[in-house]
This record gives sequence, C-alpha cells and structure tokens, in this order.
Amino acid sequence: MNILLLLYWEFCKIGLFCVGGGYASLPWIQAAVVDNYHWITMTEFIDIFTISQMTPGPIGINAATFVGTKIAGTPGAVVATLGFVTPSLILCLLITYLMKKYGELSAIKGTLNGLRPAVVALICTAGLSFIWLSVWNTESVPTNFADFDIKGIIILLIAMIAVKKKVSVITLLFGSGIAGLVLGLLM
Amino acid sequence: MSNENQQLDNAVNKLNIVPGTRHFFWVLFKSTFLISAFTVGGGMVIIPLLKKKYVDEYGWIDDKDTLDITAIAQSLPGVMAVNASIMLGYKMAGFMGTLVTILATILPPLITITIIAFFYDLFAHNYYVQMLLKGMQCGATAVIIDVGLNLVYKLFKKKLLLPILIAIGTFIASLCFNVNPMYCVLVDAIIGLMLLRDPKYN
Repeated sequence: MNILLLLYWEFCKIGLFCVGGGYASLPWIQAAVVDNYHWITMTEFIDIFTISQMTPGPIGINAATFVGTKIAGTPGAVVATLGFVTPSLILCLLITYLMKKYGELSAIKGTLNGLRPAVVALICTAGLSFIWLSVWNTESVPTNFADFDIKGIIILLIAMIAVKKKVSVITLLFGSGIAGLVLGLLM
Repeated sequence: MSNENQQLDNAVNKLNIVPGTRHFFWVLFKSTFLISAFTVGGGMVIIPLLKKKYVDEYGWIDDKDTLDITAIAQSLPGVMAVNASIMLGYKMAGFMGTLVTILATILPPLITITIIAFFYDLFAHNYYVQMLLKGMQCGATAVIIDVGLNLVYKLFKKKLLLPILIAIGTFIASLCFNVNPMYCVLVDAIIGLMLLRDPKYN
C-alpha cells in the first residue's frame, strides 16, 4: 500500500482509540509506531515524549508529525497529522449535531449540569500543578516548599498583575517568555 | 439586564468583531494560532487561555458553552485540545469556524516539531530556550489561576449545594488520588443525569 495512505490510516486508528487524552494515549501510539511498524525506535519515542513536555502541542499531534516526517518527509507529517484528527473531527461534529437536536432533553441538561462543576475542578487542578511547576519546578506537590525558584515567582507575580490589568492573553504569554529570557541572562 | 443581553453588550462594547465576517475569521485564526503556539502543556491548560480570549476578551461565546464543550471534549477519543477547538469553532461560526480553529490548533505543533526534528539536541539542552519556555509557562499559570478562580467564584455565587460538592469532590479526586480526568467526568455525568435534572441547575 502507498506509504502515505498507510500513515493516514494508521494515525486515523490511533486518533480513534486514544481515549483519555494526554499520557493515556502513549501506549496506543507506541503499540502502532514502535512495536508494530518499527517506524521509530523506542529511544526516539521517548525523545518525542520529552519534546512534547517542552513544546506547544498535544503529544498525539507531536508524535504524528515526528513519525510522518521520518517516514515520508513533510507530506508524511501533514498526512499523519490529518489522519490523527480525522476521527476527532467526525465525532465532534456528530456530537454537536446530536446536541443541537436532543440538547433540550432534561437527561442531557442534567448530565451537563453535573459536568460543568467537574470541569471547573479540573481547571483548578491543572492550575495548581502549574503553580508547582512554575515556582518549584516539580510536577507534584513540592516536598520542600522553601526550595523555590525566585525567577518563577517574579514572572508569575508580574503576569498575575498583567492579567488583572486586562492585558491580552497573547501579549501576556509572549511577554512572559521574554521576561524568562531576560531574567535567565541577568541571574 | 439579563445575562445574555449583558454578554451581547460586552461583545459589542469590547471589540466589535461580529462572528461570521471575514475579519472575524482572521482574528479567530490569528488568536487561536498564537495561543496554540505559545502554550506548553495539556488540554486543561489551553482551554482557560482560549476561554480568556473568546469569552472574556471578545465575548463570542459564554462560560456555560465553554464548560460544556470542555467536558464533552474530555470524554471523546482523540486529543482534548483538538476536540475542544473543533466544537468551539462550530459553536462560534459553524463549519467554517471549525475549519479555522482546527487548522490554527494543529499548525503550530506541526511546524514546531518538523523544525525540531532536525535540531533536537540543540533545542533540548539550550539554556536560553529553556528560560524562554519557563517564562511562558509562568504566564500561562497566571491565566489559569485567574480563569479558575473566576469560575469557582461564579459557581459558589449560585449557592447550589450539589454542584459545589461535585466540584470539591472532583478536585480532591484528581489532586489527591490522581484519578484519571476521564473517570471523574464519567462519574459526574452520571451524578448529573440522576440528581441535577431540575431546571434550577441549568
């Protein structure tokens, strides 16, 4: 089979089966691209994981792009990524259509009423783990709170003032990046 | 004034970009692309940033839609950020909206990884690159804290016991016991289906 078609099809399947998001999708991707097709080695797979930790973008998209590039250059990257998002696109549009049609049912409304507070809680959890990461450079609750990163605290405080002053999100992200760079040069 | 009127007013007062126009699609693409490009971290990180932009800055959709879509995006297969951007785009401007947001979400990682694939060592061990990323991470943290506190404040202001308990329970489950968010969402959906059908919760 044409390699581009095969890439598209395989990443379609990965996109469909990687339920749970984030790290939960890792075993699925590994099973296909490392164990089954040997498109990349385990070391390269771990590298993708590391890159994903420090660059924008979900790990699934990153893996699709990386594997695609390696197998068939830039067209491969594009095809694999498109394959990966195809199931999402179909399912999400289908769900949106169903919600439009049946969204007024009390069962659906009740379910969503239960989900909204859950999302608020999950956003707070993400916020907290990002505070650990920014100030203490650790992904879980810091073992030693006195061991903080002064650069992180400075940028975080300035950024929080900027949020309160209604600075646009993009200016804020860009500005904080520059602030990190400047502090890194100074300290 | 009713909540919806207020939101419409906000939208008009804020920046006056009407969904569906050519200018709207350009602004939508630009802002989604840049947020996707500058945000390191998973779906729950990018959602507050998109929410800040679409809801608070432009007033294109409201809190409730964003939370509903986030919950559904979390439960579907695939990447949550992509799922959410597909549905947010559709909610704001139909199929064209979806095309714009999905492209704007996947292009930045596509471009970044294609480039990085060639310069991995240089990239991963460079002190300045790390400091730049560290700074952006702190900026994202500030936005998530703001969005999180704002949503918590609104939740408590409604003074409904059950939703508050759901939020606290989910928070403890995911923070202290590391329960996979998908299971949290599933359990809370069942609780909602059984106990929160009363219109006062809508």
